Amino acid sequence: MATTTATTETRERPRAKDAARGLGGARGGPYPPGRGPNGGPNGGRGGPLSDSDGAHFRIGAWVLIAAVVMLFVAFTSAYMFRASMRDWATVELPRVLWLSTALILASSAALEVARRRLRRGERAAYRRWLASSLVLGGAFVVAQLLAWRQLVAAGVYMATNPYSSFFYLLTGLHGLHLLGGLAGLCYLLWRAGLKDDGAQRGRGTARRRAAVVDAVALYWHFMDGLWVYLFALLFLWR
Amino acid sequence: MSEAVPHADSHGPEEGHAAAHHHTPPSGFIRKYIFSLDHKVIGIQYLLLALFSVFVGLIMSVLMRLNLTWPDHKWPLLGTIFKAGAPGGQMSPEFYLSLVTMHGTIMVFFVLTTAPQGGFGNYFLPIQIGADDMAFPVLNMLSFWTTLLGLVVLITAIFVEGSTAFSISLHAKSGLAKFAETYLGGGGSGTIGPIGGWTGYPTLSALGKIAGPGQGAGATLWITSIAIFCVASLLGALNFITTLLNMRTRGMSLMRMPLTCWSWFTTAILALLSFPVLLAGGILLLLDRHAGTSFFIPGNLVVSDQLLTQHAGGSPILWQHLFWFFGHPEVYIAILPGMGATSHILSTFARKPIFGYRAMVFAMFAIGLLGFFVWGHHMFISGMSPYSGMAFSVLTLCIGVPSAVKTFNWLGTLWGARIRFTVPMLFAIGFVSLFVAGGITGLVLGQTSLDLSMHDTYFVLAHFHLVMGVAAIFGMFAGIYFWFPKMFGRMMSDTLGYIHFWPTFVGVYAIFVPMHAMGLVGMPRRYASFAEYVFLNKTHPLVMLVTVAAIVTAAVQLIFLFNFFWSLFKGRRAGDNPWEATTLEWAVPSPPPFDNFGGRVPTVYRGAYEFAVPDAPEDYVMQTTPDERAANAPALAGAGEQGGEVTGNGHHDGHH
Repeated sequence: MATTTATTETRERPRAKDAARGLGGARGGPYPPGRGPNGGPNGGRGGPLSDSDGAHFRIGAWVLIAAVVMLFVAFTSAYMFRASMRDWATVELPRVLWLSTALILASSAALEVARRRLRRGERAAYRRWLASSLVLGGAFVVAQLLAWRQLVAAGVYMATNPYSSFFYLLTGLHGLHLLGGLAGLCYLLWRAGLKDDGAQRGRGTARRRAAVVDAVALYWHFMDGLWVYLFALLFLWR
Repeated sequence: MSEAVPHADSHGPEEGHAAAHHHTPPSGFIRKYIFSLDHKVIGIQYLLLALFSVFVGLIMSVLMRLNLTWPDHKWPLLGTIFKAGAPGGQMSPEFYLSLVTMHGTIMVFFVLTTAPQGGFGNYFLPIQIGADDMAFPVLNMLSFWTTLLGLVVLITAIFVEGSTAFSISLHAKSGLAKFAETYLGGGGSGTIGPIGGWTGYPTLSALGKIAGPGQGAGATLWITSIAIFCVASLLGALNFITTLLNMRTRGMSLMRMPLTCWSWFTTAILALLSFPVLLAGGILLLLDRHAGTSFFIPGNLVVSDQLLTQHAGGSPILWQHLFWFFGHPEVYIAILPGMGATSHILSTFARKPIFGYRAMVFAMFAIGLLGFFVWGHHMFISGMSPYSGMAFSVLTLCIGVPSAVKTFNWLGTLWGARIRFTVPMLFAIGFVSLFVAGGITGLVLGQTSLDLSMHDTYFVLAHFHLVMGVAAIFGMFAGIYFWFPKMFGRMMSDTLGYIHFWPTFVGVYAIFVPMHAMGLVGMPRRYASFAEYVFLNKTHPLVMLVTVAAIVTAAVQLIFLFNFFWSLFKGRRAGDNPWEATTLEWAVPSPPPFDNFGGRVPTVYRGAYEFAVPDAPEDYVMQTTPDERAANAPALAGAGEQGGEVTGNGHHDGHH
């Protein structure tokens, strides 16, 4: 902290000067404005050690989400392209999908409650809500499998028509990505169950561990949003 | 450390150190060199993978030239290895097509995508921004091993269908063939691999064995390999972006980063946004092949005299859209790191700040951004609406603007400089030359009316080989010669370097310039033989010239290979900063220690290209040099006023 204050003063003057010259990149002083002593945006320690505050977990989660978004954007455009062909036919969607939608929304909400409890330091409540989020997530997977079974029972398979192909593909891939989220939740639950929460074994600071929770939560909410989006696509664009 | 409450501040260096020092140097051989978490070792692993791949790809291209020039000749060795693909040593047309396919796939994915980003980026991005490793070291290791898995699967695709491929490994191979027959949907053609080209266009890539030899299990493995590679690249890109955003050291603002870092960052963004689309296409293609869906396959196709009735309604054009939405950014994934390295090296050996640093950064981003909106120019003849064609055409030509900005800035950097013509500098200048020579024909091909007649001719072949193939390779050579002393602590031989450079430089032009002429005459790509195309007979001297040039150029690469391995052991010892360069990697020992900076956090005081700074004791000022040391205090006041102009890239440091 001491270093930051020491340099704040020296930083101001050249910055104003550079701004006047229009040299946004030519900032004086060792610290870029607004960034504190580390280069990263999250104001932790400097540079090579800055990963210890866990900001990279949050950034990594956002970047991962960007990649998954692009995957499903590609499938969406393929879906719309294919839907414009003459042989497009639709299938009655199983009603259990509404249940699964409710389940994953509830799971997302439970995780959010858990995260708030953690922030307030109520560890027992955190564990309970985390567990319920995990159970609801598992129930979502079961509901999705039920939907598949109902379709199979109705004689609708992957190759029945293009719509059913996309249905199995999109739900399947969403489920696959969701399993990653479930694994993340399991990991959080396992770690929350540890007596010392890993701190005694030098696994990073509390801030770092909070960042892991944030990253998993972010991904899980994204899985929730992704399902709602896919459901809307499959339901409305037929 | 307290338990539940996050520290508001914990800037004590020793505390932070203890918390973050999650890696101590591993001691065992396996953890140190095989399953290493060290970004430097992983970078070298990537480079070696690419080095292996590039020689495989090179041999394939020479084989193609041999077949094109002497179509009836029998090559006994080939006959021994590929009994069915080259019966009696004479290459079959399918064998040629599979060479085309595998050459393209290996070169694009496992060389052009792997070496500049995975290799150099992995090694130097963390050091150049002052980090001790990548943000996710385990993920980094996984990306490499996933890439290697992709390569292994791809190479398996060559041999899986040829039940007569390797007479030596009879046992293993027959098991492989049986596995292919049972699980991958076909086998036993005996060629070298899939024959669908690196673009894998359906419908022939979606139908399986019926579409020709190599298109059964071979094509399945080919698609699988691409999918694996997509995942590996995504993991890598995720790591690069996070590292760059989060782990820059004190004072390393974005606009102080070396242009190499900018290029790796841009490349990672492109990879992150484009590889998922290819992955999506690959998944759809696999489903079409194995799950009976019809994404790409239209109804009632007649293939190999059979009417196919189990598919209906799909469109092969859909694949083209998905593929090229990836495929065009991929071109920039290959070339942008080369641009970064070239900028870096030109500035270093011109002993001048890079001309227009900010313009270089924005041009790079403009190229990357525009790259996402031009995929249609690969599809002008697919029957697209002329209006879309025009839009794609205009956007394509727009890329000429940032490309020209970069070229002019490179020339501006060289202008009036006392250039040190070292080997890396020669390759960097060669990069500029090849980029211009290959890029200029992009403006020709980007116009719908011209492309209609030139599409799928040797003109296109010459264009993209110059601009994304050879130019990118020159960028890599420049990078190797430049960074070798840092990576291995020894200099590469200059003499051998010059002997490597000149024949290569002349050779690649001798290979690809005549191809423009062949293309204009109308010689089509990917044909195994032109025996029946009488109008092409007159091109024979050119074909011969290209082949001779290709063989000579390929042979000259052995000099590089020798230089590389010889210098590893016998090269002159390099100091920390043999090139008198400015960036952080030259502030650490050669090779750098395990955590790059010996547990210290370097502080950066200035931009990356502070050469020819007035009043400085040397003609360069390193990024880590504090201001007091950079110039004598009294003189600095005067220098400060004109610093912006003098240093060129606006990296005047007013902190005094």
